[in-house]
Amino acid sequence: MTMDAATIWLVILGLGAGTYLIRFSFIGIIGDRKLPEWVLRHLRYTPVAVMPGLIAPLVLWPTATGGQTDPARLAAAAATLGLGLLTKNVIAAVLGGMGTLYLVQYALGG
Amino acid sequence: MSSTRTAYWRGFRDGAPFVLVVVPFGMLFGVAGTEAGLNIAEVMAMTSLVIAGASQFAALALMQENAPVLIILATALAVNLRMAMYSASLAPHLGPAPLWQRAVAAYFIVDQSYAISVSRFEAEPDMPVREKVGYFFGCMSPVCLPWYFATWAGAVLGAAIPPAFALDFAVPVTFLAIIAPALRTLAHVAAAAVSVTVALALAFLPYNLWLLIAAVAAMMTGARVELWLRARGRWT
Repeated sequence: MTMDAATIWLVILGLGAGTYLIRFSFIGIIGDRKLPEWVLRHLRYTPVAVMPGLIAPLVLWPTATGGQTDPARLAAAAATLGLGLLTKNVIAAVLGGMGTLYLVQYALGG
Repeated sequence: MSSTRTAYWRGFRDGAPFVLVVVPFGMLFGVAGTEAGLNIAEVMAMTSLVIAGASQFAALALMQENAPVLIILATALAVNLRMAMYSASLAPHLGPAPLWQRAVAAYFIVDQSYAISVSRFEAEPDMPVREKVGYFFGCMSPVCLPWYFATWAGAVLGAAIPPAFALDFAVPVTFLAIIAPALRTLAHVAAAAVSVTVALALAFLPYNLWLLIAAVAAMMTGARVELWLRARGRWT
């Protein structure tokens, strides 16, 4: 990454402080009050709303290949998703996905 | 032994199995962080100030793309918004505790410690506040403490792994592995699909704005589909 140290620290401190405030919000400040049902209904989807969009371009146009779509990385992504759905085990899916990446890279003479 | 202490060790036992999840995940962040170009101090600062793996990976991915700081923070904090939900459901149980205890507990609200303690508190609502606090800290100990050590071990290890291992791709792979088990219902699947489609369709927008638009559209989709499923009595 080409980010300078000051910017990196800004991200680290900002993310740390922001995350703490989110955690402290109800048990520290707002107290025992129910969140409205419609708010809960949206919050439930934050992880699955943010992360797939974040990685889709990284999978299709990887930085390491200069943005060229790479069959090995596509295969690795598919294997990870498949294993994750089947086993519900994060570590098994990561190992399987990276294993697929190496295997396909090797098979294609990469 | 005092009852608070008993409660602590009960929480500790209930949280202990999560060591098996936390250690490899923490190591993965350490490896990915050093591969992305952070030094060990930066990796450790992030992992100990944030202790929320998914948002740390999100920040890392965007830092590698040199996204603007505000976009990085907005995205990574959006991943952590679910913790407001955790905080709200812990409030009736830990709310009566002294402020300093709540201030410390807040820092340790992570997926696992939250999940274990809230289900215990709901099963045993008559547990005195002191015991609930003890139990909470018990759950969080075997989850959070190994997290720091594992990240550190991963960071040291990552610095020693040669680039031929294509670890640049460890970040997307880890994300996929986190998301897959989270696709529990049709609403989650629909939200993820909208997120991917909108992100790719708007990829030409500057400042990673496509990501925020995709996330908002996906959240609204998830909520809509959930309502639709509820209306049909197919929501579990």
